[in-house]
Amino acid sequence: MIPASAPASERAATRLARRILHDPIGLFGLVLVLIVVCSGLFADWIAPYDPLKLAVRERMADPSMSHLLGTDQLGRDILSRVIKGSQIALLVGLSATLLSLLGGLLLGLLAGYGPRWLDNLLLLLFDAVHAFPVIMLALAVITLFGPSLVTVLLVVVTVTVPRYARLVRTSTLSIKHAEFILAERALGARAPRILLHHIVPNAIGPLLIIASMDIPVVITLEAGLSFLGLGVPPPAPSWGRLLNEGYSFIRDTPWIVIGGGLPLIVTTLGFTFLGETLRDLLDPKLRKAL
Amino acid sequence: MPSGAVVTALLEVENLRVRFRTAGPVRAALTRLGEPFLDAVLDVSFVVAPGTTFALVGESGSGKTTLGRAIIGLVPIHGGRIRFAGKPLPRGAAALARWRRDIAMMFQDPLASLSPRHTVRSLIAEPFRIHGETARDLDAEVRRLLDLVGLPADFAGRYPHQLSGGQARRVGVARALALSPRLIIADEPTAGLDVSVQGEILNLMAKLQRELGLAYFVITHNLSITRHISDAMAVMYMGRFVEHGPTAAIFARPAHPYTHGLLAAQPRPDPDHRRQDVELKGEVPSLLRRPAGCEFHTRCPYAQERCRVEVPMPRATAADHAARCHFPLGAAR
Amino acid sequence: MAAILSIDKLSVDFLTPRGTVSALRQVSLDVPRGSIVGIVGESGSGKSTLIAAATRLLSENAVIRGGTVEFDGEDMLNLPPDRLRALRGRRIAMVFQDPMTALNPVLSIGRQMIDIQYRDRLDRAGKRARAAEMLRRVGIPDAGARLDRFPHEFSGGMRQRIAIAMALLGNPDLLIADEPTTALDVTMEAQIIHLLREQRREFEGSILFISHNLGLIAELCDHVVILYAGEVVERGTVHDIFHRPSHPYTEALLVCDPARLSQASRALPTIGGEVPDLIRLPSGCIFAPRCPKAFARCRSAAPHTHVVTPEHTASCHLVPS
Repeated sequence: MIPASAPASERAATRLARRILHDPIGLFGLVLVLIVVCSGLFADWIAPYDPLKLAVRERMADPSMSHLLGTDQLGRDILSRVIKGSQIALLVGLSATLLSLLGGLLLGLLAGYGPRWLDNLLLLLFDAVHAFPVIMLALAVITLFGPSLVTVLLVVVTVTVPRYARLVRTSTLSIKHAEFILAERALGARAPRILLHHIVPNAIGPLLIIASMDIPVVITLEAGLSFLGLGVPPPAPSWGRLLNEGYSFIRDTPWIVIGGGLPLIVTTLGFTFLGETLRDLLDPKLRKAL
Repeated sequence: MPSGAVVTALLEVENLRVRFRTAGPVRAALTRLGEPFLDAVLDVSFVVAPGTTFALVGESGSGKTTLGRAIIGLVPIHGGRIRFAGKPLPRGAAALARWRRDIAMMFQDPLASLSPRHTVRSLIAEPFRIHGETARDLDAEVRRLLDLVGLPADFAGRYPHQLSGGQARRVGVARALALSPRLIIADEPTAGLDVSVQGEILNLMAKLQRELGLAYFVITHNLSITRHISDAMAVMYMGRFVEHGPTAAIFARPAHPYTHGLLAAQPRPDPDHRRQDVELKGEVPSLLRRPAGCEFHTRCPYAQERCRVEVPMPRATAADHAARCHFPLGAAR
Repeated sequence: MAAILSIDKLSVDFLTPRGTVSALRQVSLDVPRGSIVGIVGESGSGKSTLIAAATRLLSENAVIRGGTVEFDGEDMLNLPPDRLRALRGRRIAMVFQDPMTALNPVLSIGRQMIDIQYRDRLDRAGKRARAAEMLRRVGIPDAGARLDRFPHEFSGGMRQRIAIAMALLGNPDLLIADEPTTALDVTMEAQIIHLLREQRREFEGSILFISHNLGLIAELCDHVVILYAGEVVERGTVHDIFHRPSHPYTEALLVCDPARLSQASRALPTIGGEVPDLIRLPSGCIFAPRCPKAFARCRSAAPHTHVVTPEHTASCHLVPS
């Protein structure tokens, strides 16, 4: 009577892929994301020049056949720096998001499933971090540990984890009292098993969507920190750093700033379109499946 | 407690008490709440013999679900004792895990009690995995259990949302049977099932009882099925057993006015015999404000002065049959 | 006198991604004035669809394929929205299974009961008095004081009684009650059924009572309609149905009711099989796949409505016409 069908997850994945390809915005977003990702992955091969190589004699040249985006104030090829920058952006974006996901998942599960006092404590912690302005936190951390990729990651992760943790906590709290969890306990399942097999699979969906939409936010955050001089130290060509350097030379050549800003826009648009499409697809799908 | 026949009991419960906090200790002190507790189960004693069915009947607020959960260790107890096959309810997590091999539970909402992202196969195999029985051929076990409950083998690949209510119930039974328990606690096994199909699950349970020697502790508010499926039963009101004994005796000669009222409240499918009046009026009082004396006195048509003051103890009206009433029906007054 | 509600050959489909669900097929029933008609339906019978169709509360993917619904002579299916609003709550009142769907959780019940009388020309104090009186009639103690309480302060049983009180306040010509006691304890259920019986002596309207519980139907109703998988398979007076059932489904339902079994038994009767898939209907009689008395003709030709007595009809080939 009720037709047996392929496991729901398989069907969902292929349906999802097909729907993304049909949605023009989603497709556009996917293309942009792919461009950024490929650029980041193959940066060392694609970049026409060594992004760090100085050639002061050719400084601030306009775009030409040999330098597609021109050169910056120290003669470095802007395009190569942009491409190398995508590697940094991707690195920071993905690793920060991944770490935040793990941290948020862990803390959220603890808060939601653990004893009340732990929940209260963690919530207090989340609120405290949330109330702290990011820039001040960055300043504090950088002063303590000196500027580097690791400190940037630390700042970004610290700021992002509370949000994810809250999300996971809410899902955990609502699932915790579901009858199937009670049934698992009645079977003799203990907390680790319940958390891993039953709560995480149900809590992780919304988290993944939020996280994917956060990647551009993280990248932009790093760019912002770099622009203020608090990010990845020079000469690493993060986009934010390009903006920082380029803005004082903007009357000589606008291309440095363009080189720093345009990729940020492209990345943010791409991930946002893709993420929104994903979110829209997961919502009505649930409704239709009912 | 009524003197039972000389059978080694499978499940023995003595003076059980389960309470819930209604306010944290700080707030209770501040608001001078007195007792910030509510008693869901109070002074309950009974015995379930192996291979038999014991039915627990009660309405909302009776504490029947809490009692079921206490037996399987899902809620802590605050007084009294629970013994299974002579051994007391353990405290440590590991020992409790063993307990949950011998006692299994079937839940009221069949679909809600199945984890939505797991296949039927995974759900039925879960008990084996939880208790470390991975050496067994899980596929074969799943097939055996599906067969035992009358579901075709290809159901193993389905997800809970692809099952009907009746099918989900059967999966629940299969899962409960996985580790060959000796007692199954069935919480409202026919809730949500149409009358024309509720017999299927009950007949299945009866068949399994015959073939496997299972005992059942059935929690239900449905008196008409209780008569058919149980050997012994108890009626619960506000956390206490008000009547307790062999099913046939209770249906033939209910001793407690509440039991009598419950039986009278059952609608009769015969237009020539409509109830003329309602015997039990009003509602169950709040558990937060228990009436003094016999808690049923606020609704009892026979309440007397003594009932308002003194809590009745279970009084045997026949061998095995007891009622908490100062003036049980049919007894010499 | 014409019936207050007259449904004639109503057919309703639902459009779903899996296909078109044929929820109701040629359903006809009448609710005579001043009587209580019961609809017996198990899951998949279409009883809720029937009510929704009659009161124009169907979901967007529903399509009415044919038939008419007349309330006191007015064509319900084509009524303009303002006429519909005038009828609902006033001449047609509804009580559902979940009392919270009728009660607004942020308003006191007194406020809601006064608001519902907005069409009456009475001053506020008068409306309040009527509301308190109705609460007293449905057995809510301390009615005057309780008017200022909110729905969540009442138990499920009380909320259902309040919902009934609100429905009766307008003295409706037709009260539609869809499984109004399913969520309640049996002792409360008995009180509410008793209340409905008492009320009908005082209030001359009709009641359309939907339930899967045969006992309640026997206690309350004058006429009964048996619905199976979207079709009316039998209809008659309550005595016809319970003492002279003519359709095998009705017979089976009666046999399966554990309250009717005189001897305690471990082998309870059931109706084997499952409700048919309403997207792919079987040919012939809708009940044939599960019918213990089915024969060849049942699977090829759908039975007409055979008349046993003018008030008692059944759709079965075995019924002589």
